[in-house]
Amino acid sequence: MNRPIRRIAVVLTILLLALLVNITVIQVVLAGDYRERPGNQRILLEEYGRERGPILVGPNPVARSIETGDTLKFLRVYSDGPLYAPVTGFYSLVYGATGLERTENRILTGRSSLFVVDRIEQLFAGRQPVGGAVTTTLDARAQKAAFNGLQGKRGAVVAIEPSTGRILASVQMPSFDPNLLSSHDPAAIRDYYASLEEDPNKPLLNRPIVALNPPGSTFKLITAAAALASGRYTPESLLPGPRTYQLPLSTKKLRNWNGQACTPSGMITLREALAVSCNTAFAWLGNDLGDDALRQQAALMGFDTSFQIPLRAAQSVFPEDPDLPQTAMAAIGQFDVRATALQMAMVAAAIGNAGRTMDPYLVQEIRGPDLAIVQTTDPAAFADAMTPVHAAQLAEMMVNAVENGTGGNAQIPGVRVAGKTGTAQTGNDNPAVAWFVAFAPAQDPQVAVAVMVEDAGAPEVSGNQLAAPIARAVIQAVLR
Amino acid sequence: MSAPDDVQPPRVRRQPTRRNLELLLLVFAWGLGVLGILQVTWATGETAGDSLWITAAVVAALSLAMHVVVRWKARYADPVMLPVATLLTILGLVMIYRIDVAAASRAELNGNPPPTPDVYSQLTWFTVAVILFISVLVLLRDHRILQRYTYTFGLAGLILLVLPLAPVIGTTVNGATLWIRLGGFSFQPAELAKILLTVFFAGYLVEKRDSLALVRTKVVGIGLPRVKDLGPILIAWLVSLGVLIFETDLGTSLLFFGLFVTMLYIATQRRSWLILGGLLFAAGAVLAYYLFGHVRLRVTVWLDPWAYADDSGYQIVQSLFGLANGGILGAGLGQGFPNLVPFANTDFIVAALGEELGLTGLVAMLLLYAVLIERGLRTAVSVRDPFGQLLAAGLSITVALQVFVIIGGVTRLIPLTGLTTPFLSYGGSSLIANWIIVALLLRVSDRARRPEVMTPSPDDAVTQVVRRT
Repeated sequence: MNRPIRRIAVVLTILLLALLVNITVIQVVLAGDYRERPGNQRILLEEYGRERGPILVGPNPVARSIETGDTLKFLRVYSDGPLYAPVTGFYSLVYGATGLERTENRILTGRSSLFVVDRIEQLFAGRQPVGGAVTTTLDARAQKAAFNGLQGKRGAVVAIEPSTGRILASVQMPSFDPNLLSSHDPAAIRDYYASLEEDPNKPLLNRPIVALNPPGSTFKLITAAAALASGRYTPESLLPGPRTYQLPLSTKKLRNWNGQACTPSGMITLREALAVSCNTAFAWLGNDLGDDALRQQAALMGFDTSFQIPLRAAQSVFPEDPDLPQTAMAAIGQFDVRATALQMAMVAAAIGNAGRTMDPYLVQEIRGPDLAIVQTTDPAAFADAMTPVHAAQLAEMMVNAVENGTGGNAQIPGVRVAGKTGTAQTGNDNPAVAWFVAFAPAQDPQVAVAVMVEDAGAPEVSGNQLAAPIARAVIQAVLR
Repeated sequence: MSAPDDVQPPRVRRQPTRRNLELLLLVFAWGLGVLGILQVTWATGETAGDSLWITAAVVAALSLAMHVVVRWKARYADPVMLPVATLLTILGLVMIYRIDVAAASRAELNGNPPPTPDVYSQLTWFTVAVILFISVLVLLRDHRILQRYTYTFGLAGLILLVLPLAPVIGTTVNGATLWIRLGGFSFQPAELAKILLTVFFAGYLVEKRDSLALVRTKVVGIGLPRVKDLGPILIAWLVSLGVLIFETDLGTSLLFFGLFVTMLYIATQRRSWLILGGLLFAAGAVLAYYLFGHVRLRVTVWLDPWAYADDSGYQIVQSLFGLANGGILGAGLGQGFPNLVPFANTDFIVAALGEELGLTGLVAMLLLYAVLIERGLRTAVSVRDPFGQLLAAGLSITVALQVFVIIGGVTRLIPLTGLTTPFLSYGGSSLIANWIIVALLLRVSDRARRPEVMTPSPDDAVTQVVRRT
């Protein structure tokens, strides 16, 4: 009877092989597919079952996970949710994650390869992986100053440390409460999300880095930088600054904001033109320099580049092929020029940093689950946009604009503030956008800031009235 | 083969007993179990309280008791089967404890009172199983004694098989009528019936194999059995169908018919029985498919479980999700979500193991079964009497078929049928029955490996007998 038993043994071996092949197919080949199938609660339970690392501003967590005693073991909570929402984003059961919650997900879940040692430890100890911490570059005081300043308005503020590119503040108004999107109640999450979507003020839009607006007169900084770079102009060069500027090849005339000539004589120095924000002089200058020079100068300061900070910022643009009247309009930040608040803060920061544009960044350091630092972001230069001499000249011109020109509201006793106002039309009927960009102290800049207020009302003074005080508050918060 | 070839010149047949190896392997199995329990406690934040250490101590005592009895009553028995079965049982205890922890924490979340942990009742069943294991080895001095009661066993087996259909005591659980309830205990008589019927088949086939092997006509080179010898296989087929129809127990039905046909083949060496059995099985399967909704449903769900993910396919889909979550290395003990699969500690314990121990763990587990079954078949090949051969082969094949049917079902290789996973699953009947099987296999293997005559004689004749069979 041994032969049939041996044959049976062969058949049983084949059955065993079939089982082995089958489980290999399931656990190795098809595993990824099964994991992503709808109805697989394991992924969610796993994500919410491990302690997600905190997002820190300085030493304080602004987003952290707390134990719930619920099926989903951890709840994400945000202290000062609306204040930091444009940076932290949210972490939602229904809508996924945004902001740093999304871009730094592997760090926060502890799955990053940076934590390989911790993960091996966890494997042997049989512990659930714990997330790492993300420390932001934000300055809590600057952030709060900007947030308070924007109360009751619609706009954005970005502040940058000029020497490094660290983002010190990134604020939007209106904002939203990420706590309500990160709860464990899908119905409530959906309701709240729908109400945010319907809000005409678009609170879910990441205004500081995504909202594109014409920069208006703040763009004159770039036109002035291009003029200095051409070698044909100094701050003392005289430009024509009449009451109106006849746009070339066009019947239209460009007027100054107050309808007056910039000086009684009709001629104005570059320095004074910037101080009083003389449209006719800069429009003329733009045509004299040409659109290529303007575009090149803008690009060196970050236009036409998409930055990942690591949130993806919208790309600020200078029009590709403007004709002469369009170039004149572009030179004063109108026509198709579009910039984010982040971009205009970078322009101010580059001027303050002796002409060097730095890559902006939001993550200062990554800490492991044990809070040891595993990675620190090093500042990186993006481009040399101006020579240090030209940058110093332009900085002096901006100080003059604050001390003797349109930006008076940004003055701080004892601190030399370099700034530039702006007001832009976003269309024929649309209300204007008020801007103020600045850095301080002028001789050794610690902070560059761009304030953008939408729906500002028409007059050029709105940049000074609405935006400059916010910039001043942010500068004071950083310098204090 | 029974005797090693490197016998020393005096030609004294000294068979090594390898009992110390058995003890070493048992200690190893126990150590793995303790590590497993500790890992569960670390990963889930449970405290490794006294009850766990008492459990570990009880398991150690039980294993040691079995080992001592084997040393005493079956010292030549195979040294690997006992540790392998013990390791599988311990693995089951660890997993049942782990699922208890998950159930308790879930109850706590929902504000329910904690459910009674299953691990301690499984430990109790293990104790009962060990007592029966010891009883078999002590009381049954030679497996050939069983042959005397062939028909008694057959009748008893048949009665046990139909017992769940009896009025008062029969119980239907989850759609299948395979339980009896006596007092506070419920029992699956089919688990015991499979042993009794294996004994019966072995005894009956030894008696009848000569006539069953007779060939009247040959068709395309395959000898067909005589028509008047078709009786037994037809009866077995009808009984299996009966179990399927009246108890709606697909797994048991499959197991019995497969077992009978395989043993018939082994006894007669006639492939025609396999072919006939295969045809009858196919006919029965087709018949069942068209006649019974529950069989049809099983097949439909098997073909496309995703379409039924929320109702009848829920179990298998959750099982596949669990296995996928395990991947190659597994989530780690205590770190998966095995309780998302219904019946995680009985039918679907393999899914739970696959999730937490991964492909690595499942392959290791399947190889443990393979070793156990291979040792059983080796015993069958090496024992000298035909009854012992058939008995050992039959018992090994029972375990093998059961493992294949349930694991194949849980991993969607074949349609899902309700069977327990030998040694691993929570449940007394299954554990007890499988440990009795181990005891019987050890008894046969002791006989197979025992030196025939203790006197140092050349004894060539015995050697020849061994080679011939």
